[in-house]
Amino acid sequence: MSASPTMNASVAKSLLSVKNVTMKFGGLVANDDISFEVAEGSIHAVIGPNGAGKTTLFNVISGFFPPTSGAVEFDSQPITGLPQHAIAQAGLVRTYQLVQLFKDLTVAENVRVGFHRVTKGGIAAALFRPGWAKAQEADLTRRTAELLNFVGLTAQAEMKAEVLPYGQQRLLEVARALAAEPKLLLLDEPAAGLNVQETDQLAATIEKLSARGVTVLLVEHDMSLVMRVARRISVIDFGRKIAEGTPAEIKTNPDVLAAYLGGTETDA
Amino acid sequence: MTSPSITSTRSLLRTLAPVAVVLTVMGIALMSSGYVVTVIGFAAIYGIFCTGLNFFMGYTGQASFGQNAFACLGGYGSAILCGGLYWDPLPAFFVSMAFSGIVAAIIGYPTLKLRGHYLAMATFALGLITYEISIEWVSLTQGYMGYSGIPPLGVGKFELVSEKHQLIALTVILLVGIWISTRLRDSRFGRALRAIAGSEPAAQALGVNVARYKLLAFVIAALYASAAGSLFAHFIGFISPEVFGGAMVVQSFTMLYLGGIGTTWGPAIGALIVSMLPEFLRGLKEMQDIAYAIILVSILIFAPRGVFALIGGWFRPKAKEGDAP
Repeated sequence: MSASPTMNASVAKSLLSVKNVTMKFGGLVANDDISFEVAEGSIHAVIGPNGAGKTTLFNVISGFFPPTSGAVEFDSQPITGLPQHAIAQAGLVRTYQLVQLFKDLTVAENVRVGFHRVTKGGIAAALFRPGWAKAQEADLTRRTAELLNFVGLTAQAEMKAEVLPYGQQRLLEVARALAAEPKLLLLDEPAAGLNVQETDQLAATIEKLSARGVTVLLVEHDMSLVMRVARRISVIDFGRKIAEGTPAEIKTNPDVLAAYLGGTETDA
Repeated sequence: MTSPSITSTRSLLRTLAPVAVVLTVMGIALMSSGYVVTVIGFAAIYGIFCTGLNFFMGYTGQASFGQNAFACLGGYGSAILCGGLYWDPLPAFFVSMAFSGIVAAIIGYPTLKLRGHYLAMATFALGLITYEISIEWVSLTQGYMGYSGIPPLGVGKFELVSEKHQLIALTVILLVGIWISTRLRDSRFGRALRAIAGSEPAAQALGVNVARYKLLAFVIAALYASAAGSLFAHFIGFISPEVFGGAMVVQSFTMLYLGGIGTTWGPAIGALIVSMLPEFLRGLKEMQDIAYAIILVSILIFAPRGVFALIGGWFRPKAKEGDAP
């Protein structure tokens, strides 16, 4: 199913533009002048050895901290320096490397929280429950069931999120993020800690949600996952972007091979 | 899988059982002597206070050691407006509440940027400052002497003179307070609060304005606290700084954790238990403090999520189990 997107990538409009982003922590340069574009509808991966600065880049994009210099544009709007929730409100939704579930809530409730961005209603609506609020809640019940079905967690809907095995927690996190109807979904090492089967299931899910029209940007370590799902890959090493291209191009890129297969890697 | 009808019967039981418990206790109190009425009245007032505190500490998962400050504002607000300026209790009640809410918003805005222990310390200081002010600002509060001559609750010329009538009013207000808490918990608003308790970064990543929701929870807790303070003033007719001192914090925490923090009925149930327990143990004479401590510790061991969560579990469908201690 992912045979032709190579051509599309250059034609489609860019949903996310990272422009010359530099992030310094004191003397440490975690991101050094990184630029790339994520095309609408694409599955874009950022890869690199440990400590290359991938997660920092993710945190800059999602607004966890503003970059030292450079800019991030999302959907043609500058988002640099906006608070995280505002960036999420704009449609850029992220997951975390360490699963961040609402443990005391049930699986279904976790997904319901995900709808926060695309629903409305405050204290008054909660108290007086006008018709539209009731209709909205009923609609959420239906859509929650649909999303749980999408990631294969229907049977677990009423369980507390904390009792799920790790792989299912990851899937729940994806389902919850999808509830927010993101234009761009940022997945931070989604395969970390998953076994082969779970990674397979995750890859299938990523492909399915791309088919639903969600643009995906993922930071990942697991090469098999990246090579399977990504349409375009940016490689960073020591905080710098060293290559970008299709999976086939990246596989044969000498710089990438050097970064991964040795050379002078001393970082943690 | 449980069939929907059984589930709804169970959820109906879950809703009605605590109402029945509260009404039974109040009913017994109404048929008893004045002293029992006073004890249960206290329990209802604390129930209101804790139900509010639960918004901030339970649903939202933040720590506040200073909510007594807002009870103090409510209590003195009602005392001064009614006892000193001869206002009607009702407008005094709402004006004090609005004032507490505004103070909570102003203080909460910078303070709630703190987290964990730092937030606990800051809110604790808030309680201490209010306590000091209530002692030192003698011209307004009459200092250590306290404020007496506060009229009972009432509307216009109609006063609830007898304690039993007041207890009925307190019960109604408590039930309304719990009803609001239940409605808010199970909504977009309540889910946002509980998401913050679960994981702030995740809530933020889903577009929840964490700072704003924390502040709202803090203000709601302050409104409840203020209401509880006002009701105390009217119920007893006298307040002093000690009433809203640090002991109130300890007492309300015990109630909250014992009853079930983060649950809808837990705070009120906890308030009832903690208020009534010493009375049941009175016969034990000098052993009563020991017995009290043993009972509290046992409840926390065998029902770590509180009495209400324990009982609630009995009515819940099996699939939901998994409350590992």
